[in-house]
Amino acid sequence: MFDRAYDDTVRVLDEDGEAVGDVPDLDDESLVEMYRHMRLARHFDGRAVSLQRQGRMGTYPPLSGQEGAQIGSAYALDDDDWMVPSYREHGAALVHGLPLKQTLLYWMGHEDGNNAPPDVNVFPVAVPIASQIPHATGAAWASKLRGEDDAFLCYFGDGATSEGDFHEGVNFAGVFDTPTVFFCNNNQWAISVPRERQTRSATLAQKAEAYGIDGVQVDGMDPLAVYSVTTAALEKARDPDADRPRPTLIEAVQYRFGAHTTADDPTVYRDDDEVERWKRKDPIDRLESYLRGEGILDDERVAEIESSVEGQVADAIDAAESMARPDPRELFEHAYAELPPELERQYEEFAALRDERGDAAFLED
Amino acid sequence: MTDTQNLTLVQAVRDGLHSELREDDDVVVMGQDVGKNGGVFRATEGLYDEFGGDRVIDTPLAESGIVGTAVGMAAMGMRPVPEIQFSGFMYPGFDQIVSHMARFRTRSRGRFTLPMTLRAPYGGGIRAPEHHSESKEAFYAHEAGLKVVIPSTPYEAKGLLAASIRDPDPVVFLEPKLIYRAFREQVPEEPYTVPIGEAATRREGDDVAVFTYGAMTRPTLEAAETLGEEGIECEVVDLRTVSPLDREAIVEAFEKTGRAVVVHEAPKTGGLAGEITAILQEEALLYQEAPIGRVAGFDVPYPLYALEDYYLPSAARIEDGILEAVEF
Repeated sequence: MFDRAYDDTVRVLDEDGEAVGDVPDLDDESLVEMYRHMRLARHFDGRAVSLQRQGRMGTYPPLSGQEGAQIGSAYALDDDDWMVPSYREHGAALVHGLPLKQTLLYWMGHEDGNNAPPDVNVFPVAVPIASQIPHATGAAWASKLRGEDDAFLCYFGDGATSEGDFHEGVNFAGVFDTPTVFFCNNNQWAISVPRERQTRSATLAQKAEAYGIDGVQVDGMDPLAVYSVTTAALEKARDPDADRPRPTLIEAVQYRFGAHTTADDPTVYRDDDEVERWKRKDPIDRLESYLRGEGILDDERVAEIESSVEGQVADAIDAAESMARPDPRELFEHAYAELPPELERQYEEFAALRDERGDAAFLED
Repeated sequence: MTDTQNLTLVQAVRDGLHSELREDDDVVVMGQDVGKNGGVFRATEGLYDEFGGDRVIDTPLAESGIVGTAVGMAAMGMRPVPEIQFSGFMYPGFDQIVSHMARFRTRSRGRFTLPMTLRAPYGGGIRAPEHHSESKEAFYAHEAGLKVVIPSTPYEAKGLLAASIRDPDPVVFLEPKLIYRAFREQVPEEPYTVPIGEAATRREGDDVAVFTYGAMTRPTLEAAETLGEEGIECEVVDLRTVSPLDREAIVEAFEKTGRAVVVHEAPKTGGLAGEITAILQEEALLYQEAPIGRVAGFDVPYPLYALEDYYLPSAARIEDGILEAVEF
């Protein structure tokens, strides 16, 4: 898997869903589940964009087009492994156990959205580009120092590879041989800046060479190829006796169908033709064709999945929207383990005024 | 009677690291030159030999990497003590400090906490090259979610460092390198803590309260002694923690004297002196008998060393500032 040229892209399914590489050893139900999660992520994404348009949610970063990379890679994680996301990995986090309601809450402006259930090994969203990469290295390093055998999967985009924190985080991982898999969602665009403007390197995978770790490019629109590559990288990360460096840099070549965020208009910087060309590689269509060809999916099952994901997303939206506005005490609650007296005073002063004037005096309509 | 050693401040820092490494397996020391070399100021001397390279870790030369990987370690429950060799080199790691170190607890609603202590020598007066002398504690004090601790004696350096390492929240621990070796003090061999967030009265006096911290504590006390000979009695309060400030101690000293001067080597504008002045305005206006004085570094880039003696508040400038407050 890792003894190949950096531009020798790993592929399992071609654009028509025909197997052109080694299909990973997954039972039929797992394959259907993977497909269902991709449909769920796509439907969720459409609904989230529409909630933003209706003023029911704040700025939101869409993921459509990137389900193959997100769901394929997250499926490779063991429950005990850790995910260190950036801010677009709603689909991946969902697979690893983060309820959709949490993702909605975060983008609806509730800090609670980042409060993953205690048994869900997902780090909070990291907005500053590439800044989560050293965290993934440090967390994996802690696991290694303590003699544990968990692996850490860290997501970031193509733009992040230009940041110093990418270099520093991956370099530390190489030096200390930490169990970290660096998963680059190369979706071709850092808002309006194309991949070619980030680096003169022919691939992003080859940057691994400089850190003495493995680098591999995978077709990010091919969920089965992504699953295979990530599985191999995680196995290598967990196994300190493997005859290779534990860290891996995976470049998953893919495309963001939509805008960078709901505040962005991609028609300003890219052609419709390009978008259409990439849409023909849609990871969901590709897996669906394969599964239908194998007799694992049929119209009835697909319809059943469609209706179940619609219900699941609707339920998550209802749950998120039924959350009351947090009490202002929440502003202060987690700034420190123990609230310093001055913060207690600031809160009490505000609470007294709020009692006197009522909530309406503070809240915008 | 516990055994003590006669230590300088930097030796006390080293002793504090040694105690905490021995007390808790989750403590690791990491940074540039902290391992085999023992630190450029000898703050980690001998620790590598005793605890090994997995506890006392020479890292690549990368401040954001040092702070950022420590954030990841701490999020997993370890107690990393990263060192930045000089506080003037913090800035490549600044994003990690403000965007993550300060915010992880809030962001995760308390699920992930960062019991980490970021150490750095800071401040001027040692004839160092450019970028080696600045005092930027106000940057960190401005950042909610951090605690900022600055010791001024060997005994307190060890105790405050232990308290910082054991604290559940991230601490920026700034060590006044001008007084790293300025004097010695008896320091207990056994581990102990000095509480974060509490100021200490260094000298009692009824005429004027002088607030300071770090390396400025010494020239402030010197000025206070000189003025004492003239019958002006200064109450000198060493803040020890600049975030959170010990408002109670600050207000109490002011109510006793009605006059105040704040001394720090950091530039005047936006410095802690402004914050302390505001606290006194908010809490004790009716006690005020004179304008609150600020004796601080000038609002200029820190000079190369030919000029640094003029830049740093000296006992003469401090005396002058105190006299202005007293004679108003």
